[in-house]
Amino acid sequence: MIEVLFYVFAAVALGGALGVVWAKSPVGSLLYMVATLASLACIFVLLEAHFLAAIQVIVYAGAIMVLFLFVIMLLNLGHDYQRDLKGGAFSLLSFVIIGLMAGVLVRQFGENAITEPTAGGRAIDAALAQHGAVGAIAQPLYTTYVVPFEITGVLLLVAIVGALVLAKKGGR
Amino acid sequence: MESLQPISGPWALIAMSLKVTIIFGVLVLVVAYSTLAERRVSAWIQDRRGPNRVGPFGLLQPVADGIKNLLKEETLPATASKAFFVLAPMFVLVPSLMTFAVIPIAAPLPTPAGIVDMIIADVPIGILYVLAFSSLAVYGVVLGGWASNNKYAFLGGLRASAQMVSYEVALGLSLITVLMMSGNVTLTEVVWQQQQLGMWFAFPLSLAFILFVISAFAETNRLPFDMPEAESELVTGYHTEYSAMKFSAFMISEFGHMVTASALMATLFLGGWDLPGTWDDAFWHEGQLIRGFTQDGVIVLANPAWWKTVLTFGGFAIKTSFFMLLYIWIRWTLPRFRYDQVMALGWKVMLPTALAYAMLIGGTILVLDEVGIRWGFSYGLALTAVSGVATAGFVFFLDRGRTIIGAAGQSRQKVSITGISQPATAGD
Repeated sequence: MIEVLFYVFAAVALGGALGVVWAKSPVGSLLYMVATLASLACIFVLLEAHFLAAIQVIVYAGAIMVLFLFVIMLLNLGHDYQRDLKGGAFSLLSFVIIGLMAGVLVRQFGENAITEPTAGGRAIDAALAQHGAVGAIAQPLYTTYVVPFEITGVLLLVAIVGALVLAKKGGR
Repeated sequence: MESLQPISGPWALIAMSLKVTIIFGVLVLVVAYSTLAERRVSAWIQDRRGPNRVGPFGLLQPVADGIKNLLKEETLPATASKAFFVLAPMFVLVPSLMTFAVIPIAAPLPTPAGIVDMIIADVPIGILYVLAFSSLAVYGVVLGGWASNNKYAFLGGLRASAQMVSYEVALGLSLITVLMMSGNVTLTEVVWQQQQLGMWFAFPLSLAFILFVISAFAETNRLPFDMPEAESELVTGYHTEYSAMKFSAFMISEFGHMVTASALMATLFLGGWDLPGTWDDAFWHEGQLIRGFTQDGVIVLANPAWWKTVLTFGGFAIKTSFFMLLYIWIRWTLPRFRYDQVMALGWKVMLPTALAYAMLIGGTILVLDEVGIRWGFSYGLALTAVSGVATAGFVFFLDRGRTIIGAAGQSRQKVSITGISQPATAGD
């Protein structure tokens, strides 16, 4: 059952990803992207990573993509869209990237595919049982990795301030 | 005495399909009748009669509306983008009906085959599931506005996206205090911790309750926050071009959102299905259905019964209906905000207040735990006192001496300017 569901969601995710590239209007691209993100969230649920799935939907599908949609609509893009990213060089580049990705995947999972739960997997199970779906991520994030976490926060803050400064300059 | 085990095997499958069918059916029925309730209550508030011709007391009005909408002509504007125009009502309808799955509606029901939890899916992420689906609901509104290729509809869609993103922040931040109190995100645990505390979270987290109610009104696009469909400015906003069943889908989803938001407010802040007293408490703790702990931490087993399930479901229904009534009552009482006022309230008042309040409650919980007060009624009372002060400050600041000091002060002002009817200070 889980395997069947995995293939369904994987197919939707891949189809959505292709749709992002092939769709003619930016709004269509965006919707395909949402479909991809949502089916990735479903795959996370199949892997029992419920919290990641929820965050995937809330942050990416629910907030970031809505902002994208807002910008696309506000700038009124998509009515006479130019095919500027679909030149020959780009398709060649994309095939090279796809080939490299496939090579990495085959190397990783082709010969020594993981079938037994690893030590890391067992540790995750134990953390889930002890702290619950959210605590299993929050516990290490706010204890062991608190410094990198805070640095990431500062980085984002810097980016926001930078964006504000740029926007102000353009307005004058 | 039946076994106190969760239901399993083929019976679990039957119980699950029955639960899904019944809860979904009742939800759709409630949604249909809340449209009638809105029209009857509005008529009552405005001293009219309201729809009372179809069936006794107009009770068959939703059926008549449904038939009318099915038989009307579906219009499709020539310049609309067809695929998105058809997809938008579905995008808005599905999330609004799916969120109800994680809300516990009554105490567990004992059957000969085992105990049935009165919740469709007790997922480990509870509240986050609700937030995820409510954040997806905005797509339908925005797409509907964009795909119509109509300036009014487009403006409505734009407003919807900006407003929903803004108020989701305040909504999430006001939820953080609830999560700090309950220690987990599953809604069954939120109900259980309120039972253990001996009081509903509306008291110890009064300011979060107010912020959540305001944000929920904005998220459901109800007056005074119905900027996306403000009919005096935008015809009817994002669904201007929609007719017949597609329009009906937007309406159903609006009421579906209202029912879900009401049930959520009841669960988070009014104890869900909990009734006063500890006789109905029940929670799965390490494989056992328990009622609570004694002073020494010994488990007290719960004693589920069918009448407890019925009574607690009645409690849940009353609390949810109260919030539904509040939605309708406010719609026909308050005028609409201006759009800049909506944004200013969201970003300059709600967000900082929710943030400061989360810090305050976090600090108070830390102090109470350090002092060593047990999780219980006195714990709740201490938090109620702190929150009461914060709420009083918030209301006083928001009011700026307009309502609390009262009409008496304003009428004295008016008398001093004799003869000239001065417009009230509302515009500034």
